[in-house]
Amino acid sequence: MGNILAFCEFQDAALRISALSNIAFARTAAAAHGGEVIALLVGAGAQAASAGAAKYAGKVIVVEDGALPHYLAETYAPIVARLAKENGATVVTATATALGKDLIPRVAALLDAGMASDIKEMKGTKEFVRPILAGNAYSTVEITTPIVCVTVRQSEFESAAELGAAGAVTTAAAGTVDALGATFEKLDATKSDRPDLGDAKVVVAGGRGMKNGENFKVLEQLADLLGAAMGASRAATDAGMVPADWQVGQTGKIVAPNLYFAVAISGAIQHLAGMKGSKTIVAINKNKDEPIFQVADYGLVMEWEKAVPELISEIKKLKATR
Amino acid sequence: MKILVPIKRVPDPTQKAKLKDGHIDLAGASWIVNTFDEYAVETALRLLENGEGPTRIAGSEIVVVSLAPEDAGKEIRNCLAMGADRAIHVVASDAELDSLAVVKVLAAIIAAEKPDVVVMGKQAVDGDANQVGQMLAGKLGWPQATFAASIETDAAAKSLLVGREVDGGVEFKRVPVPAVVTVDLRIVSAHAVKNGVTPATHAYGGDGARLPSLKGIMASKKKPYEQKKLADYGVGAPVIKETVVTLPPPRAAGQLVADVSTLVKKLADEAKAL
Repeated sequence: MGNILAFCEFQDAALRISALSNIAFARTAAAAHGGEVIALLVGAGAQAASAGAAKYAGKVIVVEDGALPHYLAETYAPIVARLAKENGATVVTATATALGKDLIPRVAALLDAGMASDIKEMKGTKEFVRPILAGNAYSTVEITTPIVCVTVRQSEFESAAELGAAGAVTTAAAGTVDALGATFEKLDATKSDRPDLGDAKVVVAGGRGMKNGENFKVLEQLADLLGAAMGASRAATDAGMVPADWQVGQTGKIVAPNLYFAVAISGAIQHLAGMKGSKTIVAINKNKDEPIFQVADYGLVMEWEKAVPELISEIKKLKATR
Repeated sequence: MKILVPIKRVPDPTQKAKLKDGHIDLAGASWIVNTFDEYAVETALRLLENGEGPTRIAGSEIVVVSLAPEDAGKEIRNCLAMGADRAIHVVASDAELDSLAVVKVLAAIIAAEKPDVVVMGKQAVDGDANQVGQMLAGKLGWPQATFAASIETDAAAKSLLVGREVDGGVEFKRVPVPAVVTVDLRIVSAHAVKNGVTPATHAYGGDGARLPSLKGIMASKKKPYEQKKLADYGVGAPVIKETVVTLPPPRAAGQLVADVSTLVKKLADEAKAL
């Protein structure tokens, strides 16, 4: 018997889409552990997002406190660890976002809990399958500590559906908040109206062959036509063509959209690790020998300068007929 | 300033993964220092030197620590050849370790060494777990700055301003020392590390960590290299066990299309993706 404490990120009075994958895993885990899903919302705006969270979890705990104006691992981890113990949790989980990856191992240390990162599947109550070696192998790990910590790979768990009845919302105290001297200074946000890379159904990604940031504009036109998120290879982000948080790959975002366009991307294994779970992969590259063609469902050997504007015009035509 | 850099040796990621008895077959593997850890050594050097010299700031020290099998000396010495000052090698096999065991050993070494900063890779490219830095900070009760793409020290080197790559942009977080910093890829770009000593105009050579110089390699053979036993740290049996490893099924072969209109037609009719 044990409950599942699902740390959930939220924005604008609702759970983030990425958190719904966490809830989906938490429900599976709750069934296996004979407990219930408890969604935990911490920080500024948690109360406002709690009604939205209650659509997905039978129990929601809110921790909102003036001493928690911004996320810091130092202040959040003790709260999560304490609430895990107070609520009989045997699993503490979050989506493997930048925040989840920063927070949950620190929580695990405070709980002396073994941890499985970025899991794709639950096999037994404390047995999980996770990618290793840039996704070139899957390791099944069994953890023997009383509490286990987990981060969930968003692309491997379908978003949870709403429950029939709203869950119960309670509040918990933050307790003593000590940032250990750490301070949040600022966020240089990448402004975008496009969907989050991790949530998008379609991703348009460019690589080194795009040559410069200006050339990405044509890919952005394609993305906007398809309601897609923008992505990039490490070569393109390292060269400063596009923001770092567009990077798809082993060390960037892991995505699995319905449709992935890899334009002027060679297909290094680190990039493939981040996108080979996509349902349909289209590669556009002028060099037919690039490894990207080995994972592509549809390959077009053509310069992007010619292919992408044509693609935009053909898709517009197709849309006009519908 | 004294910096401790935990490093891991990993199988060369360009090798194809093969299985033996349900686990990754490492017989005959070639080994490298985990790329992110190599970047951590580079980061430590950039924090503690005048890049124009290069001369090291007086009184600074870089200690590399590794939990690795007996034969990992070559990879550990490679970090000394890059410029780290001494090494502590805790002899251990992978089967004896998990992230909590590694953290326990590192915490004990840190208690004895008292570094100002721990700089390490954000993840090892074999296990891809991305846990140890955060766990270590939690265990020590130190602040953490993970996924660092830039670091700037204040004048007294009492705090670090770290640019962290997060979802939606770059977050700037200030941490007082002692602290744990885990580094991301872009920490080795031209102006990512600012220590107030290296002139702001100085651009490091671009992509990646420095290669050891011949002089560095010669010097590394004489640098202090301390070997320890895992048993010295009272580490129990691992609580995370790998039961089996499988390889993902290969993707079905794709097709080349002749032109854009065929591509769009197939995406719409065959893949139903448009």
